[in-house]
Amino acid sequence: MSVHVCLFAIFVLLSGCPAGIWAARRPGGSALIYSVCAAVAAVMAGTALGVLVRPGETAGAVLPMGVPWLQAHFEIDALSAFFLLVINLGALAASIYGMGTGRSEPEAGRILPFYPLFLAGMNLVLLAADAFTFLLSWESMSLASWALVMAHHRQSETQRAGFVYIVMAAFGTLALLLAFGLLAGAGGNYAFSQLRQAGPDAGLGVVVLLLVLIGAGSKGGLAPLHVWLPLAHPAAPSHVSALMSGVMTKVAIYALLRILLDLLGGVQWWWGALLMTLGALTAVLGVLYALMESDLKRLLAYSTVENVGFIFIGIGLGMAFQANGMNAAAALAYSAALFHVLNHSWIKSLLFLGAGAVLHATHERRLDALGGLIRRMPYTAFCFLVGSAAIASLPPLNAFASEWLTLQAILLSPDLPQWLLRFLVPAVGALMVLAAALAGAVFVKAFGIAFLGRPRSAEAEAAQETNRLAGAAMTMLVVLCVLAGIFTGPVLHVIQPAVAAIVERPAVPGFGIADIAFVAPTGVGGGSYSGFFVFLFVAMSGWGAALAIHRGASRATRRSPAWDCGFALNHPAFQYGAGSMAQPLRRIFGTVVFRATETVEMPPPGSVEPARYCTTQRDPAWDLIFTPVAGVVAAIADRIDGLQFLSIRRYLAMMFAGLVALLILVALWR
Amino acid sequence: MSMLVGLLLQGLQMALVLALAPLLVGWVRKVKARLTRRRGASVLQPYRDIFRLLHKEAVLADNASWLFRVAPYLVFAAIWVAAALVPTYATSLAFSEAADLIVIVALLGSARFFLALAALDAGTSFGGIGASREMMIAALAEPAMIMLVFSLALVAGTTSLSAVAEHMLTGDVGLRVTLGLALIGLVIVAVAENGRIPVDNPATHLELTMVHEAMVLEYAGRHLAMIELAAAVKLVLYVSLLGTLFAPWGIAQFGAGPQALAIGIGAWVGKLAVAGLLLGLFETSIAKMRVFRVGEFLGAALLLGLLGTLLLFVSRNL
Repeated sequence: MSVHVCLFAIFVLLSGCPAGIWAARRPGGSALIYSVCAAVAAVMAGTALGVLVRPGETAGAVLPMGVPWLQAHFEIDALSAFFLLVINLGALAASIYGMGTGRSEPEAGRILPFYPLFLAGMNLVLLAADAFTFLLSWESMSLASWALVMAHHRQSETQRAGFVYIVMAAFGTLALLLAFGLLAGAGGNYAFSQLRQAGPDAGLGVVVLLLVLIGAGSKGGLAPLHVWLPLAHPAAPSHVSALMSGVMTKVAIYALLRILLDLLGGVQWWWGALLMTLGALTAVLGVLYALMESDLKRLLAYSTVENVGFIFIGIGLGMAFQANGMNAAAALAYSAALFHVLNHSWIKSLLFLGAGAVLHATHERRLDALGGLIRRMPYTAFCFLVGSAAIASLPPLNAFASEWLTLQAILLSPDLPQWLLRFLVPAVGALMVLAAALAGAVFVKAFGIAFLGRPRSAEAEAAQETNRLAGAAMTMLVVLCVLAGIFTGPVLHVIQPAVAAIVERPAVPGFGIADIAFVAPTGVGGGSYSGFFVFLFVAMSGWGAALAIHRGASRATRRSPAWDCGFALNHPAFQYGAGSMAQPLRRIFGTVVFRATETVEMPPPGSVEPARYCTTQRDPAWDLIFTPVAGVVAAIADRIDGLQFLSIRRYLAMMFAGLVALLILVALWR
Repeated sequence: MSMLVGLLLQGLQMALVLALAPLLVGWVRKVKARLTRRRGASVLQPYRDIFRLLHKEAVLADNASWLFRVAPYLVFAAIWVAAALVPTYATSLAFSEAADLIVIVALLGSARFFLALAALDAGTSFGGIGASREMMIAALAEPAMIMLVFSLALVAGTTSLSAVAEHMLTGDVGLRVTLGLALIGLVIVAVAENGRIPVDNPATHLELTMVHEAMVLEYAGRHLAMIELAAAVKLVLYVSLLGTLFAPWGIAQFGAGPQALAIGIGAWVGKLAVAGLLLGLFETSIAKMRVFRVGEFLGAALLLGLLGTLLLFVSRNL
């Protein structure tokens, strides 16, 4: 039943694609398209929640479409239902935001047809139950998002972003295609139910693992395959950025979980070690990039890289426990990872929508051209502040709860039998906490420079508050973030069926619908946490202190120019900017990782020319991986270039040789 | 009934922490003054300062927003709640199950987050310098602290602070390498987090090396009083934490009678006095270090924590 509802909803989305072409030329057209998308997203989120709350029934559907003898299989189980919920809540917020700002979009004709297609593609990936449908949906998701990235195609920056994105997307799909090919083997059964029965082949499993890591990892932004992400995510219109960063990366996480844990099966402990290591490196690298970034939307995109790293740490930890039969601990780690999936989708969507409101009001993404927006856009500022505090893992907001759960899972790891894991896990934990602490610095910078202080440009000074619908979309996400942080138990309860789909586990204490107040995942005597009481406690203390002050102390308040030790210089450029905020940490971490340098050019004595201060940093991923690979590809291409000028005789000889080589290969294979 | 007693004891602890915090600050200042052959102000001077500040008008920079006015209360509340969660004179207080050591670290992080934002709000360069340096110190001190939490939690088998303290009291912990490493690391973190010499100098203004004071430069009146009080409470918090974990003697355990509670309070005040003396001694004997050396200093704490945790992963008996 639920599958049919979802498929019908997707059919509505797909028909929204041609309707978008029509709507782009009508005045109220964009509102129509976005409201249909919002309605569809709400219906699908509700359906998915229904499946999660009433687990046990997996509903499937087979449609006579696609390759003739294969048909298209669709299915909803708890895992896909959880990700459907994640995606459609994000899509709902983004669509409501689009209803508010769509009218003023100059390139509506390049967005409206592809937006429903993008949503449909993501949803179909989650519903797909055979390899062909999965890859087709995956590719339509990639292409639709590429078209959306290219919406503002006249900016040269966007053109580069689009080029790098399409190359990486095609590369990732190719890796997944090969992975599915290996899973299916010679039998050619592409339905997931049959792939599952086939059982893993140890040697093949390694190759599939690597291919999935490349395919899903490049979509999710796993380092070092993340380089396209900070180019492409910010280039799209802001509500699409929210979807790409907050939501599409989660589809990649889904693909990884589905293929490795469900279809391939037979988890090895070293998979966990590999994923954890990659996750920890991704988290730290991502946050360091974010720290040095001075473009608001790029900063947010790098922060997504960091959070994908967090999720990978949780998944890797879960795999390590699962491979050793410690299912309760594995369930805890997977719960933490899935909870973070949910949290990050909300927080990052919220932050991108906030950045979109700022962009809309000021036409600026550079932090150093913003400032003082808390006075001009108080509502957006408040929402962005909640998002910043949440993503910096501050209690009692939601990301702290998932980080706390991951740390509790790490504390269970001395029981692991493998020595490598015992040494690796604490180091991964240290890197994770380092990344979380640096995220605090990143978002002090992002919020502090963009919204606080004095306006650094005329645009920032003249900014106007965003419209009501955009505000409503942000409010919805703020409420979700706060509620998930305070009432952790019920949220974890909703996640549990999805965890049960990837690991058979005993009931986890403290994750029930009734455990509103306390979470104590490791049982009595272990650590416990209550977001609700922490919230109550802090609120009461702060309120009590304020009350006492207002009763007893002087309430006189005076406004005056800022004191600044008597140096108050009125120009806003004397404030700290994005580069100067990052400088202490750039000196500590950047000189090693990014070869960051600072150079000061002083004019000769007596000259009145300005001094120049410039900082440079390089991305090691480009230097170590992409530039050499691109160089090799270019060199091969140069060699092959000669082939287009051969004579007929030589072409025939080449074909003959190729045929013989292939036949020998087939003979050897048999 | 026991819940009511628990709540009362919790309230008593919060009141005591608040009442004793300025005294500890005054005591450290007095010790430092005597060690440098000055007479120094009375140990009650911090109370007078706070009282005076409370009765002055609050001056706000023209540019300051609502965040600037709310931040002192938020900072104060977060630090006070964190201090309330540390067992000082008795374990298993009413709220101890709501949060463990990790939450305490995170609450201190929240306080710092809002203070750094408030520093940027006035739009001055000193605020920015303080905020950026504070975040640098925090980015290193917080992971170091969590690694120390890990090693303590692995020794005791839990991250609940009350349970850790009770485990330390049982006596079968003994002398351990990891505890020694954790003690050194925690002292380093405590020095950095409280803005003491050699990381920061709480006594200076108008110096390019300053961190905490630069952040709160624009505050005046009742707002400044809240921030000063919060800083004092934070010092008490760290001293209590060190006392609870490494010198838990005298602390009243769950369900103790009034006599045990009185002993607990006496022991706690004694620990504060000793810690103040040691802090004064330490601060007068070394010089402030350059800001960019702080990274190495805190990196040492992080490595000590990691080493301690790794040793425990090798063997639970180290």
